[in-house]
Order: sequence, then C-alpha cells, then structure tokens
Amino acid sequence: MGSGYLDAAAGAPPHPAAAEALTAALDGGWADPAKLYGAGRRSRLLLDGAREAIAEVLGARPDEITFCASGTHATHLAILGGLAGRRRAGSRFVHSAVEHSCVLHAAERHVAAGGEATSVPVDRDGRVDVAAFAAAADGAALASLMTANHEVGTLQPVAEVAAACRDRGVPLHTDAAQSAGRFPVPPGWSLLSASAHKWGGPPGVGVLAVRTGTRWRSPMPADDRERGRAPGFENVPAAVAAAAALQAVTAEAAAENARLSALVDRIRAEVAARVPDVEVVGPATGRLPHLVTFSCLYVDGEALLHELDRHGFAVSSGSSCTSSTLTPSHVLEAMGVLSHGNVRVSLHRDTTAADVDRFLAVLPEIVADLRKGLEGL
Amino acid sequence: MITLDQRGRRCPLPVIELARHVNDVGVGELIAVAADDPAARVDVPAWCRMRGHEYVGEDTAPDGVPVYTVRRRR
Repeated sequence: MGSGYLDAAAGAPPHPAAAEALTAALDGGWADPAKLYGAGRRSRLLLDGAREAIAEVLGARPDEITFCASGTHATHLAILGGLAGRRRAGSRFVHSAVEHSCVLHAAERHVAAGGEATSVPVDRDGRVDVAAFAAAADGAALASLMTANHEVGTLQPVAEVAAACRDRGVPLHTDAAQSAGRFPVPPGWSLLSASAHKWGGPPGVGVLAVRTGTRWRSPMPADDRERGRAPGFENVPAAVAAAAALQAVTAEAAAENARLSALVDRIRAEVAARVPDVEVVGPATGRLPHLVTFSCLYVDGEALLHELDRHGFAVSSGSSCTSSTLTPSHVLEAMGVLSHGNVRVSLHRDTTAADVDRFLAVLPEIVADLRKGLEGL
Repeated sequence: MITLDQRGRRCPLPVIELARHVNDVGVGELIAVAADDPAARVDVPAWCRMRGHEYVGEDTAPDGVPVYTVRRRR
C-alpha cells in the first residue's frame, strides 16, 4: 500500500493491530475499570493487560506506567510532578534547547511560578554535549533530555546523560515520543513520557512512567484514577489498542528501521544531488531511521508545503511562515541552520520505495518553480 | 555601507534581498539588512555560511529593529 502521507512524526497511520484491538476492546472495555462488578472487572483486566504490555516494551514495571490523554499531557505531568516532588532539592529545571515545545511550555510554567530553567545548547547536528549537559544539571532539581528529536531526527546521548545525572543525584526525564517502538528506551531515566499515535496506536493515549523511588507529586487536583497520577476516566479501549500497536511495531522494528533508514538515506542523497542550494539538516548517522529534514534556500516554506500538498504529499515544516506564532522552529534556530524553505519528511510502515521515488521526482521541479526569478542569486 | 530596509517583510524575502544586493558592495566591504522577521536572525548567518560570506553580527536600529551585518567575501 502506497501513500503520499509523509508526516509520521506528527502521527503515524494506525497499525492494523491497533484497529483490530480497538474494535474488540470497545466491546469488552467500555465499563468503569474502578468498579467491582463484572463489566468493570473486565475493563480492569484489559487495562492491566495493556499496562503490562507497554511496561515490558518500555523496560518498566507495570505499576510505574500511567495512561493519560496525550504525549504532551504525559510530559507536563512528568516535569511539573518531578519538580514538585523535588521542591526541597531546589527549583532549577535543566533541558536541552531542542526539546519538544511541551517541555519548553512546562519550563515556562515553572519559571512563571518562581522556578528557574536552564537550556543546554546543541551542536550543528542538534546534539547536546554530555559534559556540558552534566555540568548544567549539577545541583538541579530535574533534568530533561529527549531520546530523539522530532524535527531533525537526532538521537541524544540519553544513557550517558542519565548516568551523569545519577552521579549528581538529579533525576532525568526523557521524552521518548519519537523513538518508542523503534528503539529500546535508553537506561537510566527516572521519568519517561511517550505518545501512542507516534507508534501506530490511536490518538489520545499518552504514557507516563515514573520509576519506583522517584520523588514525584501530582501537579493536578487529587483523583483516584491511575494511582493518583493522571486524572479522569481511563480510555481503556484506546489503551488496549496502544499496547497492541506497540507490541506489533516493536516486533517489526528491526526490519522496518532498516527499510526506512535506506529510504531516508536515498532522500538525503537525492535531495542534495537534485535540488540546488539545499541544506540537509541533522546527522547522517545517530538519527531516527524514518525522518529527514532539509531547507531550500530562498523558498517560502508555506508555499512549498502547499505545492507538495497539491501533488498529494503531506509533510511538515519548521519554517516561521508555517507556525501559528510566525517564529522559526526553535530546533532549527538552536542548530543554527537555515529555517526557511524547510521540509520534514517522516516515513512509516505504509511508505513504499515508489512513494519516495514519486516525491523525489516532483520535488526539484516544485522548488525550481518557487525560485523563478531568483536564478543566479 | 549599504543597509537594506526589510521591515515588515517575511523570510525568505530579507535573505533574497541580501543576495540581490551583496555584489553592490566590494569584496571585503559590509552590507547590512534591517529585518523584524525573527527568522532573519537564523537565516542571515546560515545564508552567509552557504554562500561563503562572513556574518559580522547583529545590531539594533534606532526604532528597535535588528540589523544584521555581513562582509562580502567573494
């Protein structure tokens, strides 16, 4: 099955295993899992099964896993709860400059409430330096480093940073949204967040993991659900579908990573060869297998997105003209790379080599058309 | 020194204007662009890197708009 949808990093098409599990769980998992009657117990059983499956893939214990409404929700809970639990140790939050906006927004909230935040810079590839991150984390209340960047695909040295944080007694949160289901989660985290629709699960399922022994206090009003970690009635059918998808993509990961990585290598090489004045952004190795980003000099990112859409391709952009705030992507800015004419292509299990060929066939002409009148600059 | 007024113009226009006029100054001389689009802060240095010119730095015009200065190198 082919597809012009090349925006898996925004949300992957649902895995067939997710659709199947969702339908089945709507039948058996609609009742309140907190109730003691039969229908409630059936829901509880399904929810606990989903929790166990997800815990196993993420390298956690089932009682460390909490379901919530989204990856952003999970990240907000992880960071604000992690900081609340560490109030006695201080109020400084450390994060990389290229974290997802949900981390930066949690940091803004923390600062508005009187806390401090330190942003650790990245190199041209978008990667933090372990020693620099460790130095910044010294004496901090909480640190946060993503497993992989959502805009440029750079893998971060999470295991090394986690070890350095542990030496300093600082808990580390890792946002595993882009890598969960593709790679094992790096060891050493205290708090973890992820999002089911990035791995082919349904939208509306976030996963928060709080490692046993981590100081964490809910930043939300009290609620009995999910051991008091996330408020509200659990979406049991969606959690079941999320678990089924995660197990399925994990089983396929080695083969899919190799296949998609080869397609990404091809896009990296061909875009650079066929489109003049283009900057391929992010490292060639040590990256997510399915994602590639490039910026086309003198091209309006919004116009480029519209033209690609007209040709049946769905992609994202970090260019300022495509953002609601009209500011360039903070990730591209932190890396010091060209921000206009930016395109992020992210592949998924339905993407075929023919889809990539088609994309590579139309792109040079679209860019050339958008550059008309600018020849020789 | 030439200063291009790109107030109110969105990227990539300030960078395109810079590219159009960089050869109006001699090699080794300065050209500047005043631009209030925040993307220019990222894109002017990136353009310099891609085109082999030298990014000199950022200043502020009397009206508060950032001015980015470039030295033509080729």
